[in-house]
Amino acid sequence: MEMITGALLLMGITGTLLGVIIALFARFFKTDSDARVELVQELLPGANCGGCGKAGCADFAKSVVAGENPPSRCPVSSQEQINAIALALGISADSGVRKRAVVRCGGDMLQTKERLNYNGVCDCNAAAMVAGGPKGCRYGCLGMGSCANVCPFGAIEIVNNLALVHRELCVGCGKCAEVCPRSVIALVPADAEIHVYCNSPEKGAEKRKQCKVGCIGCRKCAKYSPEQFVISGTLASVNYEAASLPGEEDVEKIQCPTGALLSAREHHYIETHDPNWKKEEK
Amino acid sequence: MSKIRSFKGGMHPEYDGKELTAGCSVVDAPLFEKYYVILAENAGRPPKPCVAKGDKVCKYQQIAEADGFVSAHLHAPVSGTVEGIVEVPGPMGGNVQAVVIASDGEERGEPPFECWENWQEKSGGELMTRIREAGIVGMGGAAFPSHVKLSVPPGKKVDTLIINGAECEPYLTADHRLMAELPRKIVIGAAIMGKIINVSNIVIGVEENKPDAIAALEAACAGTSVRVQVLAARYPQGAEKQLIYAVTGRSVPSGGLPFDAGCVVQNTGSAAAVYDAVLLGIPLIERVVTVSGEAVKRPGNFRLRIGTPVIEAVKLAGGITEEPGKLILGGPMMGFAQRSFDVPIAKNTSGVLLLPPGRALNFSSAPCIRCGRCVEVCPMKLTPCLLCAAIEGGRFDLALKGHVMDCLECGACAYVCPSRRPLVQQFRRAKSELRKKK
Repeated sequence: MEMITGALLLMGITGTLLGVIIALFARFFKTDSDARVELVQELLPGANCGGCGKAGCADFAKSVVAGENPPSRCPVSSQEQINAIALALGISADSGVRKRAVVRCGGDMLQTKERLNYNGVCDCNAAAMVAGGPKGCRYGCLGMGSCANVCPFGAIEIVNNLALVHRELCVGCGKCAEVCPRSVIALVPADAEIHVYCNSPEKGAEKRKQCKVGCIGCRKCAKYSPEQFVISGTLASVNYEAASLPGEEDVEKIQCPTGALLSAREHHYIETHDPNWKKEEK
Repeated sequence: MSKIRSFKGGMHPEYDGKELTAGCSVVDAPLFEKYYVILAENAGRPPKPCVAKGDKVCKYQQIAEADGFVSAHLHAPVSGTVEGIVEVPGPMGGNVQAVVIASDGEERGEPPFECWENWQEKSGGELMTRIREAGIVGMGGAAFPSHVKLSVPPGKKVDTLIINGAECEPYLTADHRLMAELPRKIVIGAAIMGKIINVSNIVIGVEENKPDAIAALEAACAGTSVRVQVLAARYPQGAEKQLIYAVTGRSVPSGGLPFDAGCVVQNTGSAAAVYDAVLLGIPLIERVVTVSGEAVKRPGNFRLRIGTPVIEAVKLAGGITEEPGKLILGGPMMGFAQRSFDVPIAKNTSGVLLLPPGRALNFSSAPCIRCGRCVEVCPMKLTPCLLCAAIEGGRFDLALKGHVMDCLECGACAYVCPSRRPLVQQFRRAKSELRKKK
């Protein structure tokens, strides 16, 4: 009995003492937290991707409340979520154009010539140092997956040494474009459905020697619609500033002779350019 | 003979391939049809060409002018016609600009400089100007202009000149043959450079596996202020910082230059070129190159003009015995694998190696097993295994803290790694990334 009362007494005194200490600490070391920051943080997706340029969602929420960043800087939130944040803070939601990454190259290992046998570190920046990588084209995707490694959303897949963007997963944070040594990846308006999958400014004949699917600058697309396509040198590209962007049906109508003009959906199945590819793999 | 000295760490390959060519005297190459003199061959700024398409040039005529201080002149290796400035595959990968000269076979041209038999009476400044005009660069590795290496920055005290005759790279014997055959040129060239930087302690460091070269040099050194230091046969004995440690016992501080340890290091080939420039009045237009490897019919050492296409050098060695697995310019440890036989010989090309497929395996790497062999061999006392892990995880900041910038890219770690991890390749990548960020 004595033992039990002694123990209870000891525990009671210790507990009270600790409680007093905690109360004192809570009083003297109190920090003021902004309720608005917590509110904004709750409304953010919580992916902590860093696509906004901040360390994470909490950091971004702070900067939104401080007025440094508009809510639309978050590349992951949908327009509704951004509106909700703006409403909560009583500020106007500007509708920034949603972006999405596009790999401007269609040259996988079946379409492009192999220039040298690369046996080094599997990283685009490392390969770019060694004689400019294994592929014949000096401007195309190296396909070593540096972009896929940095993508916080797993939106990039490497198929046959070519980076492919899964559109439904890409939020346009731009980390892939930053890391690419060839600047093949561009951020374009998310609702653009077709792109010219080539990044090489070389002459058409030179490109043709290296790659089956490079843009040769034939101007077929520009003739079809001068507003929607621009040609610089021997490289065509979609005019993303045009009032109306070309759609998937235009790919059919233009009939690009090399197949550099593709819908983003088709880029995923670029291996089907060579019907024997799947068989060889097996 | 004094004690054999060495640095700490390093290793010696089980098979160093030197016996293929160690006994082969240097053979003068015949004239070839065309020479491709690369403009951007030296470290520093590429020189500006001062000839144009269609120009007739004499042998020894200057064809490109140094652009700034850290840059070197180029001279025509033969008399003939300039066919233009074209893009050729470069020794470091990628394409580079080269002056193409079609030889007319006449070998017109006189040595452009005065012969200074009495070089002792010339001032250091005059000798330095001559070295600069002759376009002499470090012929061992990075082709750094020699006059820059001899310009001691104010405030630094230099008391030792080291001539690098270690030649620790497997297969290569070009410096070895040069030292054995023309020791006088090297000794006098060294004495001239010693006069320029005003030091009396001049040491030629040679690995112990070249006894004939050591004997020849010691005979040539008699009566001069130059001495020979025998070094252990250990890779990378010929790396600048390791050589300084082996010869003087001094360490170059992290991120420092040989000047910080009171030393200047020059290559044996450069010393011989200095002799040619000062006493014979001719600029640097040729060098000794080892053409070797098991895929070459008759491996040997050849005196090739700068700009000789590699394919001609290989033909000179009897051609190939089998389809080579790899073509390397330089040594197998630090040299560069080539993708084309059209690469020309540059001032710093010490070797042309053709390895059979069996010696040029495509390794696939396995995980690190923490055996620590890389740590044992690293001559810079780094921890390659940990640095590699940091780099693979994208933590270049950790690699920087681990002194990855001190890595001299000797490749000893990757050579001994039982998991065949691409250690040195990762360090090269990290170094370039970190330099970009600066």
